[in-house]
Formats: sequence, structure tokens, C-alpha cells
Amino acid sequence: MQRSIVRRVVAGAAVTTLTLVLGACGAANEESGSGDGSGLSGTIDGAGASSQEAAQQAWRAAFSEKNPDLTINYSPIGSGGGRERFVSGASDFGGTDAALEGDELSKAKERCGDLVELPVYVSPVAVSFNLEGVEKLNLRPATIAKIFNQQITEWNAPEIAEANPGVDLPDTPITPVNRSDESGTTENFTDYLSTAAPNAWPHEVSGDWPVPGGEAAKGTSGVKSAIDAGQGTIGYLDASQAGDLGQVAVGVGDEFVSYSPEAAAKVLEVSERKKDQGEHVFAYDLARDTTESGTYPIVLVSYGMACGNYEDAETGELVRSYFEYILSEEGQRKAADSAGSAPISQALREELRPAVEAIGANG
Amino acid sequence: MSSIGQDAVQGRRARKRPADQAFRGITTGAGVLILVVLAGVAAFLLIEAWPAFVAPAEEIPGEGGLVLYIWPLVFGTLLAAALALVLAAPLAVLIALFITHYAPRRLAQLLGYVIDLLAAVPSIIYGLWGFTVLAPATLTPTGWLAENLGFIPLFAGPASTTGRTMFTTALVLAVMILPIITAVIREAFLQTPKLYEEAALALGATRLEMIRTAVLPFGGSSILSGSMLGLGRALGETMAVAIVLSASGGITFNLISSGNPATIAANIALEFPESSGVAIDALIASGLVLFAITLVVNMIARAVINRRTDFSGAS
Amino acid sequence: MSTPTKSRPAPPETDPPGDSTRLVRGSLPRRASWGALGAATLVAAVVAALTGFSVTLFVLLVVVLYTAGMYVWSRSAEGRRKAADRAFTSVVTSAFLIALTPLISVVITVISRGAERFDGKFFSYSMRGVVGDGGGAYHAITGTLITSGLATLMSVPIGLATAVYLVEYGRGRLAKSITFFVDVMTGIPSIVAGLFAYALFTLVFGAGTINGFAGAVALSVLMIPIVVRSSEEMIKLVPDDLREAAFALGTPKWKVILRVVLPTAVAGISTGVTLAIARVVGETAPLLIATGTTASTNFNPFSGQMATLSVFSYYEYASPGVPPEPYLARAWTAALTLMLIVMVLNLVARSISLFFAPKTRS
Repeated sequence: MQRSIVRRVVAGAAVTTLTLVLGACGAANEESGSGDGSGLSGTIDGAGASSQEAAQQAWRAAFSEKNPDLTINYSPIGSGGGRERFVSGASDFGGTDAALEGDELSKAKERCGDLVELPVYVSPVAVSFNLEGVEKLNLRPATIAKIFNQQITEWNAPEIAEANPGVDLPDTPITPVNRSDESGTTENFTDYLSTAAPNAWPHEVSGDWPVPGGEAAKGTSGVKSAIDAGQGTIGYLDASQAGDLGQVAVGVGDEFVSYSPEAAAKVLEVSERKKDQGEHVFAYDLARDTTESGTYPIVLVSYGMACGNYEDAETGELVRSYFEYILSEEGQRKAADSAGSAPISQALREELRPAVEAIGANG
Repeated sequence: MSSIGQDAVQGRRARKRPADQAFRGITTGAGVLILVVLAGVAAFLLIEAWPAFVAPAEEIPGEGGLVLYIWPLVFGTLLAAALALVLAAPLAVLIALFITHYAPRRLAQLLGYVIDLLAAVPSIIYGLWGFTVLAPATLTPTGWLAENLGFIPLFAGPASTTGRTMFTTALVLAVMILPIITAVIREAFLQTPKLYEEAALALGATRLEMIRTAVLPFGGSSILSGSMLGLGRALGETMAVAIVLSASGGITFNLISSGNPATIAANIALEFPESSGVAIDALIASGLVLFAITLVVNMIARAVINRRTDFSGAS
Repeated sequence: MSTPTKSRPAPPETDPPGDSTRLVRGSLPRRASWGALGAATLVAAVVAALTGFSVTLFVLLVVVLYTAGMYVWSRSAEGRRKAADRAFTSVVTSAFLIALTPLISVVITVISRGAERFDGKFFSYSMRGVVGDGGGAYHAITGTLITSGLATLMSVPIGLATAVYLVEYGRGRLAKSITFFVDVMTGIPSIVAGLFAYALFTLVFGAGTINGFAGAVALSVLMIPIVVRSSEEMIKLVPDDLREAAFALGTPKWKVILRVVLPTAVAGISTGVTLAIARVVGETAPLLIATGTTASTNFNPFSGQMATLSVFSYYEYASPGVPPEPYLARAWTAALTLMLIVMVLNLVARSISLFFAPKTRS
């Protein structure tokens, strides 16, 4: 008899908890209801590069504030997954650190009719180090390449000293830190090294770090912590997360350029757009070896992908207005504030405008 | 064992109850469903991995072909899991003994619960903890090892400056699989027939001798099956390894440097999101290999357990 | 055994002949172990202080000194067998204490870092419209409960039924292959389970079907083998006497299983299920692929992406904005919440076994 009472009590408690949990009416900040009826409504799903995640958070927060009934999702599953999902039609828009190419490009065109691919997020990649008593170093591309290729192994090597007169360099061994996960940051960094210092960097361009034996850490946060934790460490990471680590000013032509949003955004202006990819495909061959004064050449350019036609015209309209917002001055500034990206220039924005307007335009 | 007897007894009755048939059908169906799911997973893996097997060697990441790509990962996986098991299994037996036979009776259940809590910690937390707390704590010992025992290949050094080594990874994995192994062994030890234990004590055995003569023979197979369960988890552990281990490639027995082979599961997690094309197929092929490794490990474990079944079973 | 002369039987494990005539042997004073512990601590403190203080070294010294000291003392007073027993007691106890160290360290780390955002807002707000500071994980908490709950609802019946089949019915090739393949299943990397669920749902429901249920399916693939193996182990341990007694009373087999076998094993089974839930509730990779993530609350597991605590925590940690501090604080608090959820689950499982298990042990 006692058992059955206990049973009932437990069952009752379980049911109550479940009701409480499931029946509770949404989160406290979501009770705005249907707003004033103005603005857009619906849901669009995106997926892709995790580098864009922080910026996407800022964009969708600001955009859904203006349109309370609109829900935008972005899954930071990575560029590869993002491209695959976009191409297969599983997502409405996508983000990728590497522009669509070859097979994927033609499949995407097949899906979209008119494929729209735009640089939405330009993130400078900082080369940062942790060396007691040193806050800023000038390094030429070849020196950076040799350090990361583990050919220069001590901080007081002549090549480093020569570019940094007056800096007191210790004989600490250098521990290069790289990403252990495949990433657009690594791909852009190795691309920079092989273009700007082809003689000192024998490895291929790859999202997967090619030199074994260094300190490898997962993600930007991991690289940051590894640089912080070690002594004599040097690594590459999103500039926005570099914080108070020592900064490397990179040799460009005859000068040394520290990263700044303006210097990073300038790369897109001196780079060539890839030809014959499609009317609304803006993919760039970045000019890593530029000698243009005041340009910071180590940047990650992440693209947004959208379609000319969607099965559902409404979806097309939602995606278009979202991309309009992303590329607007306000959108780019929001991303700069909360993700540390470099806002694209006014001139480029004008150039991209027709492509944005083409999203969803074919029905 | 006895089930043959049961069948015989029921057979003599010769009355098949429909409820019995239905129940049997349901349980069998569940088992078959598992086979179907697994077949689905296996088919999915094979189909997705196939292009990597037929792709030319230079298209595989590293350009050395599939075998050269996967081999270091297999090595890393086995090394990390084996180390973790070596650290965790003996400790688990001791802890299970402590809880079942040494701790004050009132406390025993509470202590078992405390150890279970170790399993309650999600693996991502172990990763963050290993990274921020454990790795820095290993710096002093690994530095000492490199300096004084550097002639042993395991400690050849140079010691990592961040502590994110194979050694640290094995420690984290050991902590993660400890509660799993302990739980299985503990439950088995608890089931040791009181009669055996009391008989041993009555013959004048000390507690240690009672454990050797009554508890261990009874629960022995559970040590193995618990270890295999733990090994399975260690082999497949993804996030914690991905965060803790400085996986920069190369095959080495050096446990304390910053250049370590990755494990298969961690490598998949690290490379998959940004990969495309044949690289993804190669990753899934490595997943297939992990599958095969677990299979072999389990086959060995089953074989050993089956050889000793004469010990288990009831009084 | 290298030379034949050494293969002579070892001297019997008894004490010196002089002792064997005594019926009552000497024993250490009652407080001996405490005294020895005190002495060991003192010596260890002195040594540690001389060599530069280190907690690890100190603790290690205490354990080694105490164990060795007790062995030597006891051996001289009580004989070899007692001495071995005492030494083993000390080894077993310290093994337990060693295992507690990481637990305490993990708990302290997570609590101290997660406490900052452990406030009302965290549990009542979602991340919709939130940038930088503020926001909460309401949407992720409900998502975790829904996906893990669904996974448990699918895995436990299937897993338990399979375990029953394997122990009570299974003979022959089918049973053998199920046992074997369940073992194989424990080796599925979690991300592969996620890919499988994603591919399955794409195949059945069309491209882009990412929802809570797909995540639950992925988690079930990981969970079922754990449930089967632990339940199987526990059901096997139910003494055959019990079954035979029930059969002798004419009880049908299904009733014997449901009323005798399973209740007897319920404590072990619920522990196994809890461990299985604990294993999947913190999974990140499969959920990200199969369930996706969103900033808004979604109660419907069959439509739309769903945030979960582990994914939320991971991405707040992995791709923080500027400045990173509020993101990292949310990541740790989400981790703390996850841990608390599993601990509560653990408590529930414990009470189940406490309430429903027949009292087999005194």
C-alpha cells in the first residue's frame, strides 16, 4: 500500500515539473508578442563559417529589434557545412570563409539561378606574442614565415633584432602557436605567408596547419589562452580577440603596418575581383603581397551566400532585407563594435548594391 | 545456465501464454531495431567514406594517401586511451572496494553518488578544466621529468610550456572514465554473495584475504567489462581531447612535449566544420577506422569474459 | 622459475613458528592509525618545508609514509597478514581520496567562474536581441531538457527491452550478433551520430530538416548501447534463485521479468541510465549538426532549430564577441547549469532506486 502512494507522489511530482517546464510561457525578453504589426515576419535559417558568428549575433539582434516578428537563425557549423547546406537548399543563406569554387559553384548556381556571393565580414588577423618586456615588434613577412616554420627558434635572432633597433630581445626560445582545428584563419594566414614570403614558406596554402611540432590549440580562444599561458609564444588570431598581447607590425613594402580596421578594409580595394564567376558573385583574390602604403594584408574575408530565386518569394524578401542591413553602414558598424571586424568602405558598398538587390528578385 | 532449466520446465507445461509470446516479441524487436540502426549508421559511414578509398593519394590531406593520413591518428587514439585506462582501471577497482567494503555502511551510498558525479560533468567542462586548471598544474612535474628522466623516450621533452600534452590528456580521460568503470565494478562487488564473504571471514581471513578469495573471483569479469566500457568512452571522447591536447601531428611516444598525435575523434571534431570535398570523406573514413578499433577491442574483451564465465553466476 | 632449484614451494604464508602457539596475538593500540597519520603528516610537513613547499608532494609523502609506517609497525606487532591488510586499507582509502581531487577541482572551477551570471536573468531570458552583456539561457535550458528527454524516452525502452532479451531470451546467432553490435555501437564517435541523424532526416523529410527531434535521434544512437550494456550487466546479476522461486509459483515469464527481475535490478539500471543521460546531455557536436542553434525559445522539437545548453556554452566560449568577458561568463554559467541538471537527474535516479528497489541488502 505504502509503495503505491510513493509511486503516485513521485509520478505527480514528475508531471508537475514537466508542466511547469514546458508550459512556462517563453523567455522574459520574448513576450513582446506581435509588436505593432509593422516590420517583417517569418523565419530564415542560415548556416556556415563560425568566424561570422559574433557578427551574425549582432546583426540579427539589431535586425530583429526592428522586426520583432522575424526570427533569424545562424548555425556556426563551419564553412564546409555552410556551403554544403546552402548548395543543397537546406539553408536560406550561408556564410563561408572561402568563396564557392568548381563543383560547388556550379551546383549553387543550379540551386539559385542567380547566385549572390558577397564579402560581408572582413576580419584582420593579428600576429601576437607574449614576451616579457616587449609590447610591439616589427617583422618582415619572411621573418614571420621562418618563425612559424620553426627555422628561427630564439627571440634574439639577428633577423628579428635587425628590424627592431632599440628593443631589448631576450634569448627565450620561440614557441609558435597554431590552430589545431581546420579554419579560415589558418587558410588566410598560410595564404599570406606563401604569397608574401614564397622563399621562406615552403608549405601549401591550407586551412589545416602544415608544420608539425608546434603548440596547437583549438579555436581563437584556445590560441589566445595558449599564447597567454606560455612564455616566448607567438601566434595568429582574430585581431578582435588579441586583447593586450604584444602586437606585430607587419612589413609591407618598406614600412611596418600595425593592424587597424581601416588598414585591413583597404585590402579589398587593392585586390582583384575574380572574373567570370557570375554577375553577382563578388569573390576576391586578395593582394597579400601588396606594397600599397597603410594596408594591412593579413585579413580574413568571409562571404555571405544568397539566391536570386527562392521557392518562396517571401523568404527571398526576408533574406534580401537582412543582407541589405548587413551591408548597410549601420550593420557594418554593429559588427565592428561587437565582433571587431573592419567595416567595408563606402565605395565597395555602392559596388555591391546591385547584387544585394538581386536577392530574391527572380521570384 | 539456468535458463535451459526454465525452458525445460515450461516446455513440460506445454502451455504457451500469449502474453509471454508478445513480451518476447517486443524485446526481440528492440534488439533487431538496434541492429537496423547500426546497419544504417554503418551504411552511411561506408557510403560517405568510399570516395576517400578510391581517391588518388595526393587529394587526401597531407598528400600521402589515406593510410598515411589515418595511421598517426590511430596511434594517438590508442596511446591516449591506453594510458587513460592504465591510470583509471586500478584506481577504479580500489575505489569500488572502498565504497563496498571499507567505507562506513551509512556513507557508502553517498560516496558512490559522489563518484557518479564525476560522470555527470559534461565533457566540454572537462575540456575547459583540463585547459585552464590541470594543464598549468602539470608544468612542474613534466619539467622535472624532462630534466631528470629525459633518457626514457616517454619523457624525452622538451617539456611543453603550456602543459597541453598527451600526459595531461590521458589524465583528463582517466578522470572521465573512472566513474564509468567504478560504477560497473561497484555494482558487481555489491552483489557478492554475503555467504561467501562471511564464510571467508569466519575462517579467520583478514579483510584483504576475504576480498581476494570471495569478492574478486566473483566480480572479476566486471573489472574487464567496466574497463572496456571505459575504454570505449576514452577511444571516442571528442571535445575534451580537442580542447586539451596540443595536436600538431607526428607519431611520438613523447608524452610531455607540445607536438602530439591527434586522436581520431578529436581530429574529426577539429577538422570537420571547415573541411570540404575529399577531406570530409577522409575524415569519415577515419571514423570508420575508429569503429573497427572499438570492434576489435570489444571482441577481445568478449573472448576473455567468455573464457571466465564459469566463475560468474549465482551461488 | 628460471632454475629448478628455485621451484621449491614457497614457505607457507604463516608467521614464525614461535608465534603459532599463541592463540591471541598482539595488536596495535586502538588509536594507532590516527597516531601514525599524525606522525606521517608531521614528517611530511618537515620534508616538504625543507624542499620548498608543494601541496602535491606533501600529500604524496603523507600517504606513502603512513602506508609504509603502518605496514612496518603492524608487521612487527601483528604479523604479516594483518600488516598487509592494514597497508591495503590505507591504499584503498587514499585511492578514493585521489579520485575526489579532480571532482573537487572541477566543481570549484565551474562554480567560481559560473557564479557571476548565475542570476534570475540567466534563467528567464533567451538570447534573442541580445548583443554583448545580458541575456540568458532560458531557450537553451528548455532545449536541453526537450532533446535529452526525448532521447531518454526513446533509448530507455529500447535499451532495456534489448537487455532483457539478451539475458532472458537471447540464445543463438541473433543474440550473439546483437551483443556484438551493441559493443560496436559504443564506439560510434559522437559527431558521426550527428551526421547520421542529419543524413537520415534529410533523406526522409527533405533538405534542411534540422530540429530537436533529429538531435534526440542522434543522442539515442549514443545512449542506447550504454543503456543496454549497463542494464544487461545488472540483470545478469539478479540471482537465479529469485527467478526459479517465481517460476515455481507458476508465474508466467513476462511477469517474472517485470515484477521480479527488473525491480531487483532497478538500482543498477537507474544508475546506468543516469550515466547514459549524463553522457549525452553534454554532447555538443551531434546537436550542433542535427539540432542547430537559435537565439529564441523553441518548444517544438519537430519544427525549427533549437538551442541546447552544451551548444550554447560551447559557442559562447568558442566565438565570443568584443569584449569577450560577458560571453565567457555566459559559457561558464551554462556549464554550471548543465552540471546542476545532471546532478538533479542523479538525485532522481538515486531516489528511484531507494524507493522502488526491494530491500535485498541489509
